[in-house]
Amino acid sequence: MSQATDSLPPLTERFTVLGWLRKNLFNTWPNSLLSVLAILFVYWAGKGLLTWIFTVAEWNVVAVNLRLFMIGQYPADQAWRLWIGMYFLAFLIGNSLAIWAPHSRAWTISLFVLPILLAILPFSPIVRLEILGFSLLGAIGWFLGRSQLSGLRRIVVIGWIIFLPVFVLLIHGLTGENGSMPVVRTNVWGGLLLTFLLTVSGIFFSFPLGVLLALGRRSNLPIVRWFSIGYIELVRGVPLITILFMAQLMLPLFLPANITVDRVLRAMVGIIMFSAAYLAENVRGGLQAIPKGQFEAAHALGFGGAQTMLFIILPQALRLVIPILVGQFISLFKDTSLVAIVGLFDLLGIAKTVLAQPEFLGLQREVYAFISLIYWILSYVMSYLSQRLEVTLGVGQR
Amino acid sequence: MSQSDEPIIICRDVNKWYGNFHALKGINMEVRKGEVIVIFGPSGSGKSTFIRTINRLEEHQKGQIIVDGIELTHDVRNIEAIRMETGMVFQQFNLFPHLTVLQNIALAPIQVRKWDKEKAEETARQLLERVGIPEQADKFPGQLSGGQQQRVAIARAMAMEPKILLFDEPTSALDPEMIKEVLDVMIGLAKSGMTMLVVTHEMGFARAVADRMFFFDYGQIVESGKPEEIFNNPREDRTKLFLSQILTH
Repeated sequence: MSQATDSLPPLTERFTVLGWLRKNLFNTWPNSLLSVLAILFVYWAGKGLLTWIFTVAEWNVVAVNLRLFMIGQYPADQAWRLWIGMYFLAFLIGNSLAIWAPHSRAWTISLFVLPILLAILPFSPIVRLEILGFSLLGAIGWFLGRSQLSGLRRIVVIGWIIFLPVFVLLIHGLTGENGSMPVVRTNVWGGLLLTFLLTVSGIFFSFPLGVLLALGRRSNLPIVRWFSIGYIELVRGVPLITILFMAQLMLPLFLPANITVDRVLRAMVGIIMFSAAYLAENVRGGLQAIPKGQFEAAHALGFGGAQTMLFIILPQALRLVIPILVGQFISLFKDTSLVAIVGLFDLLGIAKTVLAQPEFLGLQREVYAFISLIYWILSYVMSYLSQRLEVTLGVGQR
Repeated sequence: MSQSDEPIIICRDVNKWYGNFHALKGINMEVRKGEVIVIFGPSGSGKSTFIRTINRLEEHQKGQIIVDGIELTHDVRNIEAIRMETGMVFQQFNLFPHLTVLQNIALAPIQVRKWDKEKAEETARQLLERVGIPEQADKFPGQLSGGQQQRVAIARAMAMEPKILLFDEPTSALDPEMIKEVLDVMIGLAKSGMTMLVVTHEMGFARAVADRMFFFDYGQIVESGKPEEIFNNPREDRTKLFLSQILTH
């Protein structure tokens, strides 16, 4: 019998570029053929794309209309309120990265460096300073997060919860025409700002609503259960766009003439209602995956029904469905572009108005490539954050 | 052992059906404070079902169960009162995988008994000491061996300071070399005067600490008595047969 002392160190392989190529790309002749074809294709497509980006495309349309893309018709002299909101966000991100992802250097560095790179682009000096403020606040948040102050986590979580109300209050304003923060009506909210608001409010409100519906669907009380099933099945049976049309076009017909509900608010409510129904079904999937023994153990310890759900079942169920929920939030983010069809000026709606300007006719490729890039970057960030969250919460998984 | 004559559990004519299947056929049992009861019998004999009716994880449909002076009825307050006085240890441990060992033990005292956090965690650490794994407090259940998990489960049940502990085949899911560490903890508990109902096939445990044994078959109590009577001269043929099967392999 061989003893433990006989164990050998693992075999190591020396890494060489040629060795890697031979092993992975040219190990058999069909693979070699595929590799060559793929390389030729990447070269052809990449060359075409790069040529277009750097020589053909007229990026002027983006540069000139950047403000429109970002905030729509929001008054320029009130834009400082948006910056304050964004600085609050940068602070929270910096803080959260330091607390929950202290080892992901790449992302921490990008938080500081990306705004600096952005500021190198030809903006006016004031805009450059405003952009650099994002780095600064992110850095302050990060170092504060590193300081391990007691109770900081709770404060940061509260910060995230109050972020949306504070942000909406900032952009909506408090005072009358002549005050320091005059009210800005929602019909001029637009661009990425509106997309962002619709997404964040959609996530923020549909999450608790969806969890409640999921619990309602499993409730022992028949009225609650029937209502939840009815709501979920009704909403899931209808496309989002019809809900948005209902909210924008039909609702005013049913309401008395003197009552008007804000259009942005109507779109928000439509998106929240739609998302909540899907979220409820996803959460229900997580609830059903929890073994019966968990309920029994909780009951045997004297937990009541609500306590069992809150402390034992929901934390496990939600953790199981994080990837699904984030997938849903990403598609919610992209689905907000449907509000362009019912006449709101979100990122896509603004793109259409930009393309309608006579001097920018025929520049669809540039404009749509630009907004696609924005959608992609933000979707990817959400996807990455969900992976981090899974790693952070995944400790002790069965 | 600190036994008294006052019964803490009274079961009278307890019946339960699953559909048409008559799972418990008129069980009568009285357990006094500090007694250690071992319940054994073939699988499907109703022994687990019976022990689970005592804290209402299963509902009995006929008869009477009175625990510590409280009768089990549909009244939720009675059920919760009884559950606070009875701890349970399961075959599959059923620890909460998203909480650390310490949180697993301290959560119920904090949320149900409304203890403050320091007191609950201090008690939890003492209990971990008692079951022999104080160093595992901050690990998650998934990082422990089966025997360690079951000892955490025992500590968790004890943290509520129950008057009765129910064990539902606590060693059946364990690898052989881990059974002893769990049985040692249970023997310690039994000797400390805890009232225990244990569904198990560990006859060594029964011989060492049981006050009385009940043999279940087909939803009935076939025979009961002190361990020496059951082991040395069982009256019923079914008991003899079953004992010969589990003792001679």
